[in-house]
Amino acid sequence: MADMVKIATRESYGNALAELGEKLDNLVVLDADLAAATKTGIFKKKFPEKFIDCGIAEGNMMGIAAGLATTGKTVFASSFAMFAAGRAFEQVRNSIGYPHIPVKIGATHAGISVGEDGATHQCNEDIALMRTIPGMTIINPADDVEAKAAVFAAAEFNGPVYMRFGRLATPVFNNPDTYKFEIGKGVLLKDGTDITIIATGLMVYESLLAAEELAKQGINARVINIHTIKPIDKDIIIKAAKETKKIVTVEEHSIIGGLGSAVAEVVTESCPVPVIRIGVNDKFGHSGPAKDLLKEFGLCSENIINTVKSAL
Amino acid sequence: MDEILKKQLSITACKVRMGIIEGVYNAKSGHPGGSLSIADLLTYLYSVKMNVDPKNPKMPERDRLVLSKGHCAPALYSILAERGFFPKEELKSLRHIGAMLQGHPDMKGTPGVDMSTGSLGQGISAACGIALSAKLSNDAYKVYAVLGDGETEEGQVWEAAMFAAHNKLDNLVAIVDFNGLQIDGAVTDVCSPVPLPEKFSAFGWHVITMDAHDFDDIERAFNEAEKISGQPVAIIQKSTKGKGVSFMENQVSWHGSAPNEEQYNQAMSELKAKLSELEGN
Repeated sequence: MADMVKIATRESYGNALAELGEKLDNLVVLDADLAAATKTGIFKKKFPEKFIDCGIAEGNMMGIAAGLATTGKTVFASSFAMFAAGRAFEQVRNSIGYPHIPVKIGATHAGISVGEDGATHQCNEDIALMRTIPGMTIINPADDVEAKAAVFAAAEFNGPVYMRFGRLATPVFNNPDTYKFEIGKGVLLKDGTDITIIATGLMVYESLLAAEELAKQGINARVINIHTIKPIDKDIIIKAAKETKKIVTVEEHSIIGGLGSAVAEVVTESCPVPVIRIGVNDKFGHSGPAKDLLKEFGLCSENIINTVKSAL
Repeated sequence: MDEILKKQLSITACKVRMGIIEGVYNAKSGHPGGSLSIADLLTYLYSVKMNVDPKNPKMPERDRLVLSKGHCAPALYSILAERGFFPKEELKSLRHIGAMLQGHPDMKGTPGVDMSTGSLGQGISAACGIALSAKLSNDAYKVYAVLGDGETEEGQVWEAAMFAAHNKLDNLVAIVDFNGLQIDGAVTDVCSPVPLPEKFSAFGWHVITMDAHDFDDIERAFNEAEKISGQPVAIIQKSTKGKGVSFMENQVSWHGSAPNEEQYNQAMSELKAKLSELEGN
């Protein structure tokens, strides 16, 4: 799998929006002075009249998005995860979440893989924040194929959606010809009976690599991709808990409030088995190349392999 | 303004004030002061200016109003009830469990409410979004946003102000209810947002000042607003908090408290006397 094509999911977001612009007359894309980074610039170039730059004012942008959507526009509002979910949390909660206005939030530069910009821009809390808003759908795609499919599905979805994209180019492992995306539906990537690795976003591919290595060592790990963190696919999690008796969760996000918490909530209520969470362990990040940071914070196949082995 | 129209508006505004007192009294909580100060404004907008249809509250071509100072919902509910968007009886269950009328406007549950508001500073942004949508689609409707003077202490108001001027939203009129009082005291004592006309002007808005309780002046201001193109309009309305109920006027303590039975009776008898006077003439 080493020679796979690598694409950052923010790039997928921009490309998907540009494709959507062809189909949807009522599409409006907003950004907050980060079009070059969030890749909404790809859309802007193609449809300048449907692109609105709100300037560096994310809270206002969320309100603008809400107002536009009340009149029937399909609206994507984009910024870095830190500012979309963090800075503008209350606007998202009160102006989008409470009235259940179908604004689509495209949040890029999520997680520690932001890299050199350091802790102020490495948002490891966005999933936790967004999960607390009633009726919010949260999608964290794992690769280019899934990210584009998520954008198309979100555009048609009648409710607010928070989508999480990464800055770092990562392997495209899904087959675009056969891949099918369904909001709220987990994906069984590899069956297994000894333990289940449940991953999301960039950590899905690392989990596949880990499972491959574990198989060589005689450990048969199931791998599940949870792209939709809310509403979460309870059935696939409970089935895994029942059949494999142990679960390891992996996410490029704080272990507090993200995928690990969501899985643990399902498991403890429906089928209690040990759940070990791999994620950013209640710490801030710091500057450095993304790949080195991911290793340092244990967000890599090596740490997944070690965690699985010590869990068994 | 035509004298017959002015009399009709005065009567409606008086009834709107009675509805405000009725709602807040029955809720045993709420915000009468700032609701009473916008009663004349909302009466004028919903009776004269706005293209709305109580039988078809979601009519796509309707004019929109976003009550950015959402805590003054009793005023909005009262005029909507006057216009027939829902029965006046609903006002008595304001803020009750299971009631349609929430403490702050809820667009999902209440006919005629164009945007859910309550967290200060947010409504003006949504109003900008609605106005922008009309511009993008060449729709003719107008958008009105009603803000509190204390609300302009929120930074988001100025993010929205910048956005509206930059995008030349001349289909947007923001009315700032300058009654001079906020929860902790006079706006000029708490953390002064003045001078507001100069601030909006510096942000690229056309600014009009208006007497909030004089229908002739209200008409003059909105007629001027209608002529402006290429920039949004801010109307700073000089108002009296608690207007129409003698013991509530200019009293900061009536920002967010409900009258007891005795105070309710006094307020209603004052308003009833005013109504008889208007109807008798």
